[in-house]
Amino acid sequence: MYAQLVKSEGMKSAAELSPEERAFQERIDRGEKIEPKEWMPEGYRKTLIRQVGQHAHSEIVGQLPEGNWITRAPTLERKAILLAKVQDEAGHGLYLYCAAETLGVSRDQLLAKLHDGSMKYSSIFNYPTLNWADIGAVGWLVDGAAIMNQVQLQKTSYGPYSRAMIRICKEESFHQRQGYDIMMKMAQGTAEQKAMAQDALDRFWYPALMMFGPSDKDSVHSAQSMAWKIKINTNDELRQKFVDQTVPQAEYLGLKIPDPNLKWNEEKKGYDFSEPDWSEFFEVIAGNGPCNKERLGARVKAWEDGAWFRDGLLAHAEKAEARRAAARVAAE
Amino acid sequence: MASAEIAVDRAALFEFLTRMGDNTLILGHRVSEWCGHAPVLEEDIALANTALDLIGQTQLWLGLAGEVEGKGRNADALAFLRDAAAFRNCLLVERPNGDFGQTLMRQFLFDAWHHVMLTALTKSADPRVAEIAAKAVKEAAYHLERSSDLVIRLGDGTDESHARMQRALDDMWSYVGELFISDDADRAVAAAGIAPDPASLKPEWEAIVSEVLREATLKAPTSAYVHKGGRRGVHTEHLGYILADMQFLQRAYPGATW
Ligand SMILES: [Fe+2]
Ligand SMILES: [Fe+2]
Ligand SMILES: [Fe+2]
Repeated sequence: MYAQLVKSEGMKSAAELSPEERAFQERIDRGEKIEPKEWMPEGYRKTLIRQVGQHAHSEIVGQLPEGNWITRAPTLERKAILLAKVQDEAGHGLYLYCAAETLGVSRDQLLAKLHDGSMKYSSIFNYPTLNWADIGAVGWLVDGAAIMNQVQLQKTSYGPYSRAMIRICKEESFHQRQGYDIMMKMAQGTAEQKAMAQDALDRFWYPALMMFGPSDKDSVHSAQSMAWKIKINTNDELRQKFVDQTVPQAEYLGLKIPDPNLKWNEEKKGYDFSEPDWSEFFEVIAGNGPCNKERLGARVKAWEDGAWFRDGLLAHAEKAEARRAAARVAAE
Repeated sequence: MASAEIAVDRAALFEFLTRMGDNTLILGHRVSEWCGHAPVLEEDIALANTALDLIGQTQLWLGLAGEVEGKGRNADALAFLRDAAAFRNCLLVERPNGDFGQTLMRQFLFDAWHHVMLTALTKSADPRVAEIAAKAVKEAAYHLERSSDLVIRLGDGTDESHARMQRALDDMWSYVGELFISDDADRAVAAAGIAPDPASLKPEWEAIVSEVLREATLKAPTSAYVHKGGRRGVHTEHLGYILADMQFLQRAYPGATW
């Protein structure tokens, strides 16, 4: 997902919990929200910081593959829609950094970790957008997969994260519809447009499935996160839901999902499908995806080139404060 | 509605409308190049928002231009299927982004003009023009407020931010004067009460700019040299590359719907 492979801190059995930890777990079990000033286990706080931080980083790095087509959008309307979408993604980043700040970590600290590679962002944004239909595919599949994850996270136990998800989900469903609308135009367009649409689906299908992360049914990290309601569904459950939702949409477009093993399974009332190539996923996470260098490089460059700007604003604020203080003294 | 059109030469009105729409189109394009690359997240959001406003205004100006022209061209046809020589934007808006200071100074100098211009246009004798201006002027007021504020803070920030803003001002200055030079088309629309004479906007623009520069501790260059040509279709080398990017899909796949 936008947060993949998030390590959870220490899964304890009920017997090992301290009275405080037990009371905390009971609040979560009752469906109560945990708010910033309230006591929480250190592991809960750290896990959330990793997850919310990674999610925030994904939103801001996610501006880049779509930003790649803003100057080349084919109509003024499409350009405006894409600009609005990329602006939304930056806004999502902002809400999420704010949510992370309530856990005691600053945006600058999180960004430093993104820039030095110690925190990750979603693997999906390390894939290139090569033709205009990719912008449709990103909205349809990437925002679609993001929604799948974020809808359940609206029920997450941490109040600020849950509220950020509620705001974000509304916008993400717009994005998905707009993406699908681009795909529709392309799929119903000229032979060349249809070919672009199919090519986009071919390239984005497996990376979209990877967004949910490898199977975590036996993972202790996931078990702890689920007990804390930082994670609600398993990766496999979400991936299955995503496939079941997406296959009929692809059929409606007249496009073919690039999976020879895809077929309806009446017994489980869902599709059987091929797993993505997990070795590719781990390579991308390790920094060897097609665009890792460009994506992270662009963010680091933006940050470094912007240092004088941030310093200038800070210096001005200090000067202005000093002048106000001097004026107060003079007035007394 | 028809009265204004009767009173003015259709070609002059088309010229005026494409000048408005091409300014916002090309500046919107330049600003959008920053998406995801700004110095802080708040600026990523603000720049995308500015670009979005400018593209929205483009749709209105070029949409009306196409209507006035009456040859069946809509805003997209005008944006994506004209070559550089038919573009009427001022040279200022096609200046490369440079560092963030250059982008910001370009924006400020333009916003100050744009706001004064749009304010005047809200009283246009052509209600279609007045209506577009009424919407756009609110956005331009916000753009001007933001760019003025940042110019002041960075001009009066660190030595480095001051030096960068001064350099940006020195670089952009000679591209502004073009906005205040009137030609026959300007005089025709002014005579019909559709738009102000460009030269008449200068005192107010100067008042805004000199006040902001004073607060920013920046000095307006004394050189009076003015680069011009954009408003009559003679551009810098930069516009060709902007159009190559912007028009690529429409040119490569003619007749497709997107
Ligand atoms: Fe988002
Ligand atoms: Fe997204
Ligand atoms: Fe989105």
